[in-house]
Amino acid sequence: MSQPLLEVRNATKIYRGGFLRPGQQLVALQDFDLTIPEKPATITAIAGESGSGKTTLANLILGFITPTSGQILYRGQDILTMSTRQKLEYARQVQAIFQDPYAVYNPFYRVKHIFDLVIKNFKLAQSKQAARDLIEEALKMVGMRGEEVLEKYPHQLSGGQRQRMMVARAYLLKPRLIVADEPVSMVDASLRAMILDIMLRLRDQQNISFLYITHDLSTAYQVCDDIYILYQGSIAEKGDTIQVIQNPKHPYVQLLIDSVPVPDPNQKWDTSVTLPSEEALRSEVDTGCRFYPRCPYHMDRCLVKQPPLYEIDSGTHRAACYLYDQPLAEAQSGGMEQ
Amino acid sequence: MTVTLNGTNSDRETTHNTAVLQIKNLRVHYATPLGDVIAVNGVDLTVFEGETIGLVGESGCGKSTLAMAILRLVQPPGRIVSGQVQIHGIDVMSLSERELRQVRWSQIALVPQGAMNSLNPVMRVKDQIAEAIETHQMKRSPQELKERILRLLAMVGLPGRVYSMYPHELSGGMKQRVCIAMAIALTPSVVIADEPTSALDVVVQRVVAQTLLDVKRTLGVSMIMIGHDMGLMAQLVDRIAVMYAGNIVEIAPVKDIFAEPLHPYTQLLLASIPSVKERKPLVVTEGLTHDLRRPPPGCIFQLRCPFVMDICREVVPPLRELRPNHYAACHLY
Repeated sequence: MSQPLLEVRNATKIYRGGFLRPGQQLVALQDFDLTIPEKPATITAIAGESGSGKTTLANLILGFITPTSGQILYRGQDILTMSTRQKLEYARQVQAIFQDPYAVYNPFYRVKHIFDLVIKNFKLAQSKQAARDLIEEALKMVGMRGEEVLEKYPHQLSGGQRQRMMVARAYLLKPRLIVADEPVSMVDASLRAMILDIMLRLRDQQNISFLYITHDLSTAYQVCDDIYILYQGSIAEKGDTIQVIQNPKHPYVQLLIDSVPVPDPNQKWDTSVTLPSEEALRSEVDTGCRFYPRCPYHMDRCLVKQPPLYEIDSGTHRAACYLYDQPLAEAQSGGMEQ
Repeated sequence: MTVTLNGTNSDRETTHNTAVLQIKNLRVHYATPLGDVIAVNGVDLTVFEGETIGLVGESGCGKSTLAMAILRLVQPPGRIVSGQVQIHGIDVMSLSERELRQVRWSQIALVPQGAMNSLNPVMRVKDQIAEAIETHQMKRSPQELKERILRLLAMVGLPGRVYSMYPHELSGGMKQRVCIAMAIALTPSVVIADEPTSALDVVVQRVVAQTLLDVKRTLGVSMIMIGHDMGLMAQLVDRIAVMYAGNIVEIAPVKDIFAEPLHPYTQLLLASIPSVKERKPLVVTEGLTHDLRRPPPGCIFQLRCPFVMDICREVVPPLRELRPNHYAACHLY
């Protein structure tokens, strides 16, 4: 097997309480594994609700924080033990786009500034003309023209334009991977499609992989190849996006997909369903499956130990739920027959 | 006085014919150094008894401004330029500040955008709800007040112990439901909810959405629900009004709009909904909204419209009834 582009191995991140709450700790991410292949380029979704650890994962990969244990390997090299030169190269090849396209610009500079900075820092061009050509090429990729936007100030651009500029800036560096943290949650529906379409084009034409971090399963379903669904810091279910969304196995993922409003007034929610009370939604358990208090199928063994990822099919579909512990399930049904 | 106190159940599913709230030619401008931004451009809207209207449109289209204008809560540099708002025949625009206070909350209540963050962090839930009741109505005995607050909390599906809790002890969805409880505290005839479920996780969103449906069913209250999530609208509302650049461009029963959207903007809006039920190719459209200070002559959607004709650049299309109860402002029909 060829070496993957990016590999997260058994990563755990624990935040410890500050001086106000000494001794308290919060497991933001637990024993997380992820592989992004070198080829072909893929879009991988990391989905989950707030507090599930998806942004912690992005921050770990981007090197903003260090894991409590575990490793992040880029082409086999641990990003924590990279030399300065390797680090610079990593910073070029792994780019990021963030949620809020309003907050990333310095309002005092013309938008051209964000391009000038990257070109200077990474010494991408020898002359002004070469720099301009690079910028124009990047802007063309996102369907914009330099003369329209470069001399403007950030407040003169719409949210969609700003977010496309951020994609163009990332693309300028010819990265191999772009970590996109909720890139479309703040832009309107019509522009959302445009940004997702740019992601697809960069994947297919430029061989750039994406880590698409989102809470929105419907957009993930539209564009992603693989999906990892997190629940309170652990993977609940992962696999091929179409498989997982069409045929969810983990009770949490089933609840999640069932809760997405269907854009069809003829398919109304079954309002007679009693939803779990919000305390149940928020309660936590220290041992075993984190979903135990909310789970309609919970069993005693769920409290003993966190379930590992069980195989659902021969492909990549896996779910962390004892319901899919095959030998045991057979043994149980056998026991009932007696 | 034979006004029903808590609107005990009646056959309100069908009583969609009495107008509760009538908005006529409402105009709101925001003053800027480069001229007025026309945020709400002569909107007409009627809300009938017991119905929920969904007000949808992209950010900046004026939907929140319209909601604020109904309650005369537009802040400078914004101002209501003209128009009429009538609730049960009372002209809101001509009321004094004092009279307005009586109408707000007891007739029309607002759940503002991000309401859950507007709770006072150092006041217990009971005191916040009590304050809302006593500011807009007279004082009551503590016992009566307590019973009433507990009843309200039960109505939005919150356990009684929330009564003496502080906002930080509650989750986002619970806080949002406290805000809904406050909004219905004085049994208003209209509740305006501005993005009531945004910023909530999808499972919690569903819990809150269901709370709104339950409240509407038990109280028979009319609602204006503002949002941009067409999926949520499909689940929650009876009629949809689509806003674009300060104008209502289409208004129709929810099933009709999803079955046959008439205005090209509505078609675009519906085509761009991602769904978990169906994987379809992305619909990408180019184009930006015009400068809201200088709307083009003719149709406001002409710059982005795929079907634009010569007439669209000259004549403003009026909102016309093109199908029964289905209104759209477009020259195509």
